[in-house]
Amino acid sequence: MSEDKLLEIKDLTVEYRTVDGVVHAVTDLNLSVGRGQTLGLVGETGAGKTTTVKSIMRILPDPPAKIVSGEILFEGEDLLKKPENHMREIRGEKISMIFQDPMTSLNPTIPVIDQIAEAIILHNKITKEESLTRAGDMLELVGIRRERGTDFPHQFSGGMKQRVVIAMALACNPQLLIADEPTTALDVTIQAQVLELMKDIIKTRDTSVIMITHDLGIVAEICDYVAIMYAGEVVEYGTLRQIFENPKHPYTIGLFGCIPDLYAEDTALIPIKGLMPDPVNLPGGCNFHPRCNHACEKCSLERPKMIEIEPGHFVNCHLMAKED
Amino acid sequence: MTETTVVNAAPEQETYKKRGQGKEIWRRFRRSKSAMLGLFILLTLIFLAIFAGVLTPYDPTEPDVPMRLMKPFVDSAHILGTDELGRDIFTRLCYGARISLAVGLIAVSISLVGGITLGSLAGYYGGTLDNVIMRFVDILMAIPSILLNISIVAAMGQGLQNVMIAIGISSMPGYCRIMRASILSLKDQEFIEASKAAGASDFHIIVHHIIPNCLAPLIVQATLRVGGSILACASLSFIGVGIVPPTPEWGAMLSTGRDFLRDAPHLTTIPGITIMLAVLCMNFIGDGLRDALDPKLKN
Repeated sequence: MSEDKLLEIKDLTVEYRTVDGVVHAVTDLNLSVGRGQTLGLVGETGAGKTTTVKSIMRILPDPPAKIVSGEILFEGEDLLKKPENHMREIRGEKISMIFQDPMTSLNPTIPVIDQIAEAIILHNKITKEESLTRAGDMLELVGIRRERGTDFPHQFSGGMKQRVVIAMALACNPQLLIADEPTTALDVTIQAQVLELMKDIIKTRDTSVIMITHDLGIVAEICDYVAIMYAGEVVEYGTLRQIFENPKHPYTIGLFGCIPDLYAEDTALIPIKGLMPDPVNLPGGCNFHPRCNHACEKCSLERPKMIEIEPGHFVNCHLMAKED
Repeated sequence: MTETTVVNAAPEQETYKKRGQGKEIWRRFRRSKSAMLGLFILLTLIFLAIFAGVLTPYDPTEPDVPMRLMKPFVDSAHILGTDELGRDIFTRLCYGARISLAVGLIAVSISLVGGITLGSLAGYYGGTLDNVIMRFVDILMAIPSILLNISIVAAMGQGLQNVMIAIGISSMPGYCRIMRASILSLKDQEFIEASKAAGASDFHIIVHHIIPNCLAPLIVQATLRVGGSILACASLSFIGVGIVPPTPEWGAMLSTGRDFLRDAPHLTTIPGITIMLAVLCMNFIGDGLRDALDPKLKN
């Protein structure tokens, strides 16, 4: 792994303390993102992807969420130890986020251009006029005519709203952009447009990106690195090529088994049997063992450790240990 | 192709800055007939209040006993007649408008500021603070407002200023509850989270994102309460703890006219109708404003 890391998450554990018990959302998670790189964070709903990125921003609702342990190093500084006012300067300026649903992530009572200008005004000492000009530039960057800035969010289509949201997130030229399923709420053609737009912007601005998705197709298209999450843990991590050509963890293999292949003769997909475990009541040992075809006794007793099976390719599975 | 759009865009760009939100709201407000009627009545009342001294030659408090209890619409010198001390009723109504409108607006401002602040704190931060504030508000709500008004005025002494404060405090719980409820439903919306993720402070979020989104119910409540406050002030004067008698106040006029209900009903009906008009116009304006402020109802 290279030295030039922008973000490094070490042993992050996040819990939600609710009346029904403690929800183990994220357990001992390790991740890193290099400068200018794009990391795909893949997993089922409830795997802890959003919780992970919200802890980077420190915008988890507390209570009930509680970051129990771990470090989040951004440019070498631990974000979890920063006071709230420092954190505010980082949010939006250095790290910004695109939210999942463009329909609700815009304020319905404010014209969109003012919403884009908001982050610019918060982080730069400039006049309202200048910020509006820059916000207009951002609108044009995402392919919306400047004059439409005075319109309200409900006058835009879903795809355009997501463009506005992207413009908002990029307004201050952040070093790290977190995109939380930016295309999930959009239809397929608009998905393609938005992805294309994001790809262009990422390339030209040299922004690091964490892309949350459950669509491996999107990952293949824009990511350099991939982390597969399951029940609050990263089960496999590696470069795009390593994960796609040589998946090792049974869960990753299972995920690929769920993608329809245009050229395959047989049409039946191979789903992963069972459901995600209840995060209040994790199965213990390897969290995936109740659904794993290769599970043995050890899997139900002992938590596997991350094993580097080839340079930069980590797998969290007992099966890999056996091979040595 | 791109060139033509740029050329077309240029003149539009000049106008788009100027077309402010205020104009847009006014354009939508104007479309409601009842709201315009309400605004007209309100402006008339304000006009009468401001130019009371110029419009009538009489003094609102100086008695003119020989002219007492004149019927309305018989003498052009006293269009609306005179009261039991011979004072011109039209004059007293005009001067009274000063007091009633001031009470309505200022009392509502006091309760609006107090209610929004307390409600925002309670709703946004939750927890113990929420409990403390809302229990305090519950206590205020449990006391009948007229009783609360009387006791506050009794404690602080009579006078216009104290009446405003009393009415302001007693109508605060409504705003507080509305504000808190709106915040609870807004707090988890993604755009609040997005604003937080853009580095906004709690204060910025409350002022720029939460309050504009709760404005509709607040404005309706506020305009209704302007009418309510005028009534509350009138009723305080009516039972004799509000504005001190010689001062022309609509409620006080009603109160003194009560003794002459049989012989000179215009002493009570004229101020009564005025109060009704004032309350009605505020309600019309409130309804119109609510519709005008909602950008979704644009066309």
